[in-house]
Amino acid sequence: MNLSSDQLVLWHYGFFHLNETILTTWLLMLTMTVGAMLITRKLTKEGTPSRWQCVLEIIVIGVAQQIKEVGLPNPEKYIGFIGTLFLFIATASLCTVLPGYTPPTGSLSTTAALALCVFVAIPMFGIENQGLRGYLKSYLEPTVIMLPFNIISEVSRTLALAVRLFGNMMSGAMIIAILLTITPFLFPIAMTLLGLLTGMVQAYIFSILATVYIAAAVQVSTPAPIPVPAPPIKQSPKQTP
Amino acid sequence: MDSMTIIAIVSIFTAGITIAIGVIGPALGEGRAVATALTSLAQQPDAAATITRTLFVGLAMIESTAIYCFVVSMILIFANPFWNHVITQVVGK
Repeated sequence: MNLSSDQLVLWHYGFFHLNETILTTWLLMLTMTVGAMLITRKLTKEGTPSRWQCVLEIIVIGVAQQIKEVGLPNPEKYIGFIGTLFLFIATASLCTVLPGYTPPTGSLSTTAALALCVFVAIPMFGIENQGLRGYLKSYLEPTVIMLPFNIISEVSRTLALAVRLFGNMMSGAMIIAILLTITPFLFPIAMTLLGLLTGMVQAYIFSILATVYIAAAVQVSTPAPIPVPAPPIKQSPKQTP
Repeated sequence: MDSMTIIAIVSIFTAGITIAIGVIGPALGEGRAVATALTSLAQQPDAAATITRTLFVGLAMIESTAIYCFVVSMILIFANPFWNHVITQVVGK
């Protein structure tokens, strides 16, 4: 039994190995890029927008609102990074409905790459916002004694991001594979449904955690009051006294 | 017992123990978290969106400790480095 889709090498030439993870990642990237290009080719402001434009607007506005609620006041700057993370992980786990597909996020190399992106992005946004001195000074908060612990937490939360996503995706695939040998027909479908839910939740958590870390790096020097997000207006169930 | 048998026994036993003990803490934690979230949902149904979002994030953070144990036990069973080392030594002889 393969622990990850890295071990299935489809094609190799010299020292270059094309394994299943890379192939599915490329296919996902291709689908999403081409799809987004096709949709954004003819955006309209007048009249009725097309269906796909509505879908994209819903996604972009939703992500921007979530970023704002977590504590980054101008989400337009960060939505490119965080939205990409969310959309990639969400699509990677939603595509599990296709037969013969293994999510690329179920391999530690993909999740480690994503976590490394976050690891690099946090100091970049931090330095951009409060300068190199200001950012480096945030490692000395609250005292100098905390310096090693701050560095350790920086590394360990990156590791945790990678292993959390990998473990969740891999365990979903593993449970389905084990159940297929025990109860072949109905029960794996239920577990696949559960896997879809976990995949969405994990995509949400990965991007929210990245947002929280970036927000912490951006506004260390001036601790803004934590904004209380207003609950979205929707019909709450009627309460009977 | 040769070293291969010992490694096999220890690996399988440790994998079981890892997941068995490692799941206790997260299970208790998730139970507490869900119970508290339900209480606050019953008190303030208007704040349902915020509570649910925080609950999901918190649950995933708690759950990840159990996931770490699962990953370790999976590595012990399917991708055991010591086992692979012994296998290569035996094959190389």
